[in-house]
Amino acid sequence: MAMSRSGRIRALALVTGGGLLLSACSGAKVGETQQAAAGGGKTCGTFNLAVNPWVGYEANAAVIALVAEKNLGCKVVKKDLKEEVSWQGFATGEVDAVVENWAHDDLKKKYIDEQKVAVSAGPTGNQGVIGWFVPPWMAKKYPDITDSKNLNKYASLFKTSESEGKGQLLDGDPSFVTNDAALVKNLDLDYKVVYAGSETALIQAFRQAEKQQTPLIGYFYDPQWFLSEVKLVKVDLPAYTKGCDADAAKVACDYPPYELDKIVSKKFADSGSPAYTLVKNFTWTNDDQNLVAKYIAEDKMTPEEAAAKWVAANPDKVKAWLPAT
Amino acid sequence: MTVPSLTESTPLNTEAPPILDVRGLWKVFGPKADRVVGSTLSRTELKEQTGCVAAVRDVSFSVRRGEVFVVMGLSGSGKSTLVRCLTRLIEPTAGEIVLDGEDIRTADARKLRELRRHRMAMVFQHFGLLPHRCVLENVAFGLEIRGTPKKERYERAREVLGLVGLTGFENSYPDQLSGGMQQRVGLARALAADPEVLLFDEPFSALDPLIRREMQNEVIRLHHEVGKTMIFITHDLSEALKLGDRILIMRDGELVQVGTPDEVVGAPADEYVANFVSDVPRSHVLTLSWIMRPPLEGEPLDGPELGPDVVIRDAVHTVLSADRPVRVAGDDGLLGVVTSAEILEVIAGGQH
Amino acid sequence: MAAVTAVAARLHKLPDRRLLLALVVAAWVVGWAVLGGRDTQQLGGAELTPLHRDLSQAMDVIDDSRNSNPFFLYFINYIRLFLDDAVTFVQALISQPSFGRPLPVLGWLGVVAIATAVALLGGNRKVAALTAAGFLSFGLLGLWQESMDTLALTLTAVALSLAVGIPLGIWAGLSDRFLRLVTPVLDFMQTMPTFVYLAPLTLFFLIGPASATVATMIYAVPPAIRITAHGIRQVSPETMEAGTSLGATPMQALRHVRLPMARQTIIVGVNQTIMAALSMATIAALIDAPGLGKTVLKALQTLDVGTAFNAGLAIVIMAVVLDRVTSAASRRVEDQRRAGRLRSARRRRIEVTAVLGIAAVLAYQSYTYLWAADFPIEANVGSYVRNAADTASAWVQDSLVTYTNALKNALTNGLLNPFEALLTGSPWWLVCLVAVAVALLVGSARAALVTAIGLLMVLALGLWQDSMVTLASTLVATILVMVLGVVAGVWMGRSDRADTLLRPVLDAGQTMPAFVYLVPILGLFGPTRFTAIIAAVVFAAPVAIKLVAEGIRRVSPTTVEAATSAGAGTWQLISKVQLPMARSGVTLAASQGLIYVLSMVVVGGLVGAGALGYDVVAGFSQHELRGKGLAAGIAIVVLGIVLDRVMRAATQRADAAAHGGLANK
Repeated sequence: MAMSRSGRIRALALVTGGGLLLSACSGAKVGETQQAAAGGGKTCGTFNLAVNPWVGYEANAAVIALVAEKNLGCKVVKKDLKEEVSWQGFATGEVDAVVENWAHDDLKKKYIDEQKVAVSAGPTGNQGVIGWFVPPWMAKKYPDITDSKNLNKYASLFKTSESEGKGQLLDGDPSFVTNDAALVKNLDLDYKVVYAGSETALIQAFRQAEKQQTPLIGYFYDPQWFLSEVKLVKVDLPAYTKGCDADAAKVACDYPPYELDKIVSKKFADSGSPAYTLVKNFTWTNDDQNLVAKYIAEDKMTPEEAAAKWVAANPDKVKAWLPAT
Repeated sequence: MTVPSLTESTPLNTEAPPILDVRGLWKVFGPKADRVVGSTLSRTELKEQTGCVAAVRDVSFSVRRGEVFVVMGLSGSGKSTLVRCLTRLIEPTAGEIVLDGEDIRTADARKLRELRRHRMAMVFQHFGLLPHRCVLENVAFGLEIRGTPKKERYERAREVLGLVGLTGFENSYPDQLSGGMQQRVGLARALAADPEVLLFDEPFSALDPLIRREMQNEVIRLHHEVGKTMIFITHDLSEALKLGDRILIMRDGELVQVGTPDEVVGAPADEYVANFVSDVPRSHVLTLSWIMRPPLEGEPLDGPELGPDVVIRDAVHTVLSADRPVRVAGDDGLLGVVTSAEILEVIAGGQH
Repeated sequence: MAAVTAVAARLHKLPDRRLLLALVVAAWVVGWAVLGGRDTQQLGGAELTPLHRDLSQAMDVIDDSRNSNPFFLYFINYIRLFLDDAVTFVQALISQPSFGRPLPVLGWLGVVAIATAVALLGGNRKVAALTAAGFLSFGLLGLWQESMDTLALTLTAVALSLAVGIPLGIWAGLSDRFLRLVTPVLDFMQTMPTFVYLAPLTLFFLIGPASATVATMIYAVPPAIRITAHGIRQVSPETMEAGTSLGATPMQALRHVRLPMARQTIIVGVNQTIMAALSMATIAALIDAPGLGKTVLKALQTLDVGTAFNAGLAIVIMAVVLDRVTSAASRRVEDQRRAGRLRSARRRRIEVTAVLGIAAVLAYQSYTYLWAADFPIEANVGSYVRNAADTASAWVQDSLVTYTNALKNALTNGLLNPFEALLTGSPWWLVCLVAVAVALLVGSARAALVTAIGLLMVLALGLWQDSMVTLASTLVATILVMVLGVVAGVWMGRSDRADTLLRPVLDAGQTMPAFVYLVPILGLFGPTRFTAIIAAVVFAAPVAIKLVAEGIRRVSPTTVEAATSAGAGTWQLISKVQLPMARSGVTLAASQGLIYVLSMVVVGGLVGAGALGYDVVAGFSQHELRGKGLAAGIAIVVLGIVLDRVMRAATQRADAAAHGGLANK
């Protein structure tokens, strides 16, 4: 019995295999059509581009990668890394460029000043704004909430299970250095900083707050793709003046405006690669970035499709980044 | 390969020289075990004062060539430890073990291995078979280990399988066999190496009673056929009486008595042994020499004649059907007489 | 120590342990009320202690010496090159364009054919069919290449883990001393949160496959070692004696007796190693490990539940396929014996040749022809899966949020907050005293000693306050896990239908990367400690449920019959017979549940748990905090060891009490 059954199975398998063999004879062969596409890359070589985990960064990276591949013939290798790890990559030679950097003075000190393995490649043109934000429905319902002086009045609104009877100020991604705990103390606010722990948690909290019309105040930043979905409203802290944040423990003013910049490895800067020139020349506006970020985050395009769409619509801007020939 | 031992049959010779001599054997488990050797403390005292357990204490005996030597005791009496000490599966703490003039305790690892490979083999309570090997490979395992070529060892394994009545099961796997058959495999494995001494560690206690009896008969048959010296561990008195030429009784690690079955039953060394054997049908074990008496004056001495080694049970018919006392006579003439009175006293559950 | 033992000895004689326990707790509450707020060892989110700075500095030193230190130049670098090459080679075979070809050497048809052939030859027809369907579904979900990348990394890491783990496991199986030496190291490897060593690993092995492989191996080697050692040790002593009594050398005994008899268990070890390796797939993506994990993490940035779920589903399918195939292989070892190998050897040879032949033909097809190499895009059902998951997630969030908020507030205010207040508000020495007393009362003197040392270590690490917050959440999560475990476990253990119904759900809960369900849970509970607790419960409950069910099922049917014939109702049967008799299963479920909950502490840090989890995450993300992150990682390990030892001691005591009770009767 067992013999005959396994015999039948074998016969069946043989027939199937044979059938597949026969049917396959007419297929297109691997490499026949695609061989042509994989050419070029001679003058530029390999370009290792770090991709930090937020959509705005990805927009920068996608556009730069596309231009480097299409216009300069580079072989672009994208590496998905957190900031800290990408900076380590400068030291190990595994990363050539970081194309949206938010300050990170500690990393600059270590890798640019001390180890001398990285150099700045100038601003991206994007203005980073960090601060406290509330969902739009709150700004509409409580118009004076956007002034930090009035925050104590609303503290009870923001009470949650996490805030020990005070108002909750939600902090997000631990990658950012925040002054929020010091701010709460120095501005005498009846609030407690609660760490959401990730950008995802923060965005999800804001999204639900707007949808369910529940109160929420938290740390956020612009440019960020989520702002094109829900236009969060910034709360004004006492205005930033140069040096008011010098002592981290005594800070009582708003965050400074950030000039987002690009960092490249020293080796890459010295290599004379056309990709370096591209990275150095690359600048665009917050609106440009938010648009590409929206393509990716909301319209669910792949970064490549999103970049291609923007590049096709902005040939002049792209042209200005290319090395002079 | 010839197998001389399988064909020759050695009749039991009580005067044969000892093949295994054990002197002052100790096995103590616990910290600083060697300090306990020689202690006379009781088991509980020992445990409390030193934290040690003396599983075997000061045991000496010798086993004659071709004899079936049974070690009997209840669980915890140290009998399994004792048998393992003989091939140093458990390292003895003190004492001397001499196999045919060779000191086992001082043998180095290689020598010990040689000894285990060629001269002593063991049969285990739960068989200890290798489940991933078929019967033939299991039986040939010992030969494989000592480097016998494949063809030769399978040939020998088949031969031994025939001897234990397992021909036709060569390619079965242990878990396809019944317990009794598995133990036959264990037996065959031990026989395959053609050792001088076979050790049995309660080999049949995991089997049900019918199979057990069958296996006991098998051992008796094999003993007649191959005439190996056998050391047999059991907790079952009837098994001991049935198989043993001599029986060693252990209790709490100590030797209580060594003797032939009728000595143990007829003259227990102490209360413990007496209790032990009290349920044994004495007529099945004792011989006429245990109940014969000197002839009374005027008793007719022309009745039937029997030897002193005849077991009472076998003499019942003769004695009861004779109309006069039965004469018990040895080589040296008349030893005594037995009448229905003596027989009936034993059968009726006789007191001492 | 002697004093502790003496106290313990005296405690044995005291009548009621529960009364004492209540007294300890009462004293604690009083102490908290009187002394609350003093000596609580608070440390702000960005504050550091000198130890944390020293740890950071030590890491910097390693970082700086990479190009000069011979240890790196001649040792680590070669390991890295080897690992990179190994992964890249497997990738070249199945996932990445290679050897001048625009496509990998084996196309989808070849991979499916070979995987199916392996499943058929190593397992049985059923798992072969499952394998074919599973592998095809990777393509159908639109994730062929990502899945193959994950598979390549997993297989390489598993192969290397086994190459390291099995020999070490054999050694640990043979040598008590080595086992004692290696066990705490393995405990450490398994409880240390991955986030802690992920960033430092890139300093040693650079970004890329080598680091990802090592990270995976750190997590996947322990089960290989442990289970191999267990397999070697469980060989019956009598069988070993049989070998020795026949004169086998130690080497012969290992080769002919131990290894063959441990084979089935070793394959279980392989199974566990694969599962561990696969569960690292998402986390390793943080250092650019290729594959499905990346898809999940990317989707998380835009809160794209659908895409994350789709990729998570592929991971679950891969886990289920690999699990079933290795389980079948282990069972086959058993069955092979019964089949009688000797007689069927020839038939088997024919079968193997035929199956491999067909696989080879199909593999060649996929090498040569485009249709067999590139998975057809038209056959993509991934978008349906994504949409369905999106819709479901949105519906759940919108319609349940009112209830979940109420649940969250009730449990947080009623259970979590008071407990946490007690732990964090009391002076540290009071907490230490209470903990040691509890360990002594429910466990043993030894457990009390471990507790004392562990808590002092936590204090020395400068993370007392955070550790207490994490401890409170961990214990609450474990309680919830056990409630779920007992309820669902009893149901599953009593009803086969419930078993068939729940098992796939539990399997998915265990293998689905936590990141996938974080977004909907966040939607329901917001970024709170409770969200972290729920995430931990989702991850830990399946194990607890399975173990309880297993325990219930093992209760002897005769006992159940006896109770039923005595007129016991269903509830009486459960509470008086089945649960008490399944006690060892229940306690095992509790200790395993606890370990699983602890392993989610860091993920909890990503969704609002704060405390140690957040410290670890922040250490991974911020240069200045990495020393603190390392300290937090160690604190998690210490908490885990303390809780585990107390739990074990309590189990032993309960067992001893039960047996003693029986003996007295």
